[in-house]
Amino acid sequence: MTVVMEKPEKTEAAEPAAPAKSVRKVSRPVMIGAILVVWLVLFALLRGKQTLSLAVADLTDLHRWINDFNDSIGANRNSNPLFLYFFNEIRLVIDNLVTFVQHLISQPSGARPVPEIGWLGVVGLAGFVSWAVGNWKVALLAVAGFTFFGLQGLWQESMDTLALILCAVFVALLFAIPLGVWAGLSDRFNRLMTPFLDLMQTMPTMVYLAPLTLFFLIGGASATIATVIYAAPPTIRITAHAIRNVSRTTVEAADSLGATRRQSLLKVLLPMSKRTVVMGVNQTIMAALAMVTIAALINAPGLGVNVLQALQSLDVGTAFNAGLAIVIMAIVLDRVTTAASAREEHARNSKNRFEKWRRPLLGAGAVVTVILIYLSRTYLWAADFPGDGTVGSHIASATDTAATWVQDNLSGLTNAFRDAITNGLLNPFQTLLTDSPWWLVGAVLVALAVVLGGWKSGITTAVCVGLLVATGVWSDAMTTMASTIVATVLVMILGIVFGVWMGRSMTADRMIRPTLDAAQVMPPFVYLVPFLALFGPTRFTAIVAAIVYGAPVAMKIIADGIRAVPATTVEAATSAGCNTWQIITKVQLPMSRSALTLATNQGLIYVLSMVVVGGLVGAGALGYDVVAGFSQGELYGKGLAAGLAIVLLGVMFDRITQAAARRAGA
Amino acid sequence: MTTQTEVPQRRGTPQDSGSTPVISVRRLWKVFGPKADQVPDSEELCGLTRRELMDRTGCTAAVRDVHFDVSPGEVFVVMGLSGSGKSTLVRCLTRLIEPTAGEIVFEGEDIRQADEKRLRDLRRRKFSMVFQHFGLLPHRRVLDNVAFGLEIRGMGRAERTKRAQEVVELVGLAGYENSYPDQLSGGMQQRVGLARALAGDPDVLLFDEPFSALDPLIRRDMQNEVIRLHHEVGKTMVFITHDLSEALKLGDRILIMRDGKMVQCGTGDELVGAPADDYVREFVKDVPRGDVLTLRWIMRSPEDGDALDGPELGPDVVVKEATRAVLAADKPVKVVENGKLLGIVGDEEILAVVAGQEGDA
Repeated sequence: MTVVMEKPEKTEAAEPAAPAKSVRKVSRPVMIGAILVVWLVLFALLRGKQTLSLAVADLTDLHRWINDFNDSIGANRNSNPLFLYFFNEIRLVIDNLVTFVQHLISQPSGARPVPEIGWLGVVGLAGFVSWAVGNWKVALLAVAGFTFFGLQGLWQESMDTLALILCAVFVALLFAIPLGVWAGLSDRFNRLMTPFLDLMQTMPTMVYLAPLTLFFLIGGASATIATVIYAAPPTIRITAHAIRNVSRTTVEAADSLGATRRQSLLKVLLPMSKRTVVMGVNQTIMAALAMVTIAALINAPGLGVNVLQALQSLDVGTAFNAGLAIVIMAIVLDRVTTAASAREEHARNSKNRFEKWRRPLLGAGAVVTVILIYLSRTYLWAADFPGDGTVGSHIASATDTAATWVQDNLSGLTNAFRDAITNGLLNPFQTLLTDSPWWLVGAVLVALAVVLGGWKSGITTAVCVGLLVATGVWSDAMTTMASTIVATVLVMILGIVFGVWMGRSMTADRMIRPTLDAAQVMPPFVYLVPFLALFGPTRFTAIVAAIVYGAPVAMKIIADGIRAVPATTVEAATSAGCNTWQIITKVQLPMSRSALTLATNQGLIYVLSMVVVGGLVGAGALGYDVVAGFSQGELYGKGLAAGLAIVLLGVMFDRITQAAARRAGA
Repeated sequence: MTTQTEVPQRRGTPQDSGSTPVISVRRLWKVFGPKADQVPDSEELCGLTRRELMDRTGCTAAVRDVHFDVSPGEVFVVMGLSGSGKSTLVRCLTRLIEPTAGEIVFEGEDIRQADEKRLRDLRRRKFSMVFQHFGLLPHRRVLDNVAFGLEIRGMGRAERTKRAQEVVELVGLAGYENSYPDQLSGGMQQRVGLARALAGDPDVLLFDEPFSALDPLIRRDMQNEVIRLHHEVGKTMVFITHDLSEALKLGDRILIMRDGKMVQCGTGDELVGAPADDYVREFVKDVPRGDVLTLRWIMRSPEDGDALDGPELGPDVVVKEATRAVLAADKPVKVVENGKLLGIVGDEEILAVVAGQEGDA
């Protein structure tokens, strides 16, 4: 019966498609399948040959050469004119800036045993600034958050982190806003900038650090510069976007009234894009927080150091306490800047009767803040946070207890889950990648790139594969790639399930989206902590953290894609008698194909950066190489090469998926 | 019985064709695309249709060889469907879009020769423009939006606020000075745009489809507002629209454009009475002819046996307004200009227009 039913349906479906198109459409999955089959066959024949594996302590000529190069830079740092008059100068300026801010809020300054402004002054200032740029609610949040840092016993570390963020954001905005305005005004400059911005944002945070230490040594300066590079792009992009999006008529109206370029920039373009630019500043601050914490790897002071040390000694409690401080700082910074961007419009539209009291109240607040700062400079109780952070140690020990309980009682469950994924998915795939001859994997990658993205991305992939081989860490790169791809597959499964749900139901969207937004605010570092408690130090921990880190962005993109499907099309399908499943699989998912590829793209980039950070908790491979490079001088070259390999992987993933997305969109 | 004065003239600003034009446009071209400046000079390329030109050179000719004069105090309407180049044309007048070829003479000065400073000065003092999508500054209050052009000129705050306040009252926005544009309706926002244009006391007002984005009722209000302002301030106006009834309502003269070329330029009754080609004829087909045509278009030469002692009317009286007088008179009405008999209009002529829209003019 069913067979009879199915047959006419099939012929019917095949008939209306234009012959040329149907050949193409069918052929792509078939070709991918063929490539995979050929790979498996050759793998069976050639397993273990020419795998380019390299033991942890082994080095290639390239690595040794980088080591020598690093040594020679170290030797000539104070004699080479390029360093003497350029890099060292930059380092000096940035160092001075960082030290200045640190002396203000975190480190003992000069003869004083405490910073210039003690905790009470900082808390007051944080509250006042939050109130002035945002509203009283975020001011309360800021006061509560900052006080909590002290209760956690992490006051000084938090202030170090904050000092670095302030410096980095200040420098980043100094460059980013003018560059953004320029990119907004000039198409040519915009085209010139875009690839650089793409690269700066697709690179996982960790790989910025090593090359910078080459020029700026380890410490605050390198950390700040790395943060500036990582955090500036969002503001540049968003400023350019905002300038571009100012209504053309308004600009034209200003022109028609005889405005000069300067006048239309100052009176029209900048005021009209202010709100959007503040959103860019928000993104920059969040990126800076993420980078500053991870810069602990190159000796940047602050909360990152606590997390890093605790992670490396598998001290979940301490890591959680410091991680919690980072999360709170993220929430405070995010809420305050978001409120700042919303404030202007809000104030304009509400005929709030408190508005006219705002000015005198702000003045009063300023006076109170000044008094608090004075107190904190004069009295020790207001300078040094009282107590010894008992709340922090309570949090740490409670977390430890919980972690122990979980490990004792749920290990059966978590281990089973971990082993299932590891043995069922990760290990076979990783073996396939690492045990195949390098040229076979390379050929497969290029072939897939050509099929998915076209010749151009094939060429990019070939170049990336060549360079990956040259870095000498091919085998580690394949391990990282296996983890990344497995995690991305899981991210996409989650993304599609939740994305479709959110796309179809506003209620689900309203419920889930705030959580996703919050999740995206966290620095990647912090994600490792809870999963370390659950799964111990393994590759799998990194993969789960990567999934949790990457899934929100995929879900959001897919949800938006599903929602963008025209309601009339869905209505037409419904009236044709489609059931829900058919609407999802035959209408909504195919029509949001470009959102799906975009989600894959973003998922891959997010996952890659997290998998790499996972090197800290036993994920090994490239992430470990990079981390080891920071701590062991003889592995410096290898670490740098591993960083380069990460970039190459990122570029390769990005190019292929973007090309595929363009195809899907066309 | 009826005298000429009893029938109102259609508009209060009669044309004075003898005066020197304020704006004089000659051979104006605007071509978009690669090597655009070669197109107007090439006789061969000029002859191509827009589509052929696109295929041959990749260029789009938005404005092709347009010429017209605008007299002082006149409301000059440029009408065409979307893509006819009318918006490009009006932007060429103040070089918001740089013309490719031709000349634009404003009060004896070729605007195309003006340097950047002079051009800015012209825009600040001589021209103002009202835009379809208003182009207001959302972060400024109404008063500051109106004063914006004055601020650009460098006028002091107190003085520009005073001037802006006057104009705000003139356009009927008193009471809304401190609102923000997004708190106003579309029609009110366009009043702000109008006030902004008037604030600088320019010689010429340019309107780029100012009412297309408004509801029909508000559109009618705003049209009446423009007519009222024209009476009060008497500015020269160049008005872009795609709406024929708007063109007929506002325009002293109307220029019809199609594919960048001018098809016909004349008064409303000339367009309806003597369409230049089928395109215009198709356009004006549905216009109630009695509302537009004047007696000049329907009068006939007196024949033997016509009684020539009927009442007199001027040749520019609109048919609709003459109907009652003609039908009431028991003899044909004489059409007289400056004491000279031009022709006569009887019941049949009037009825042919009023009853049947298909009368051949």
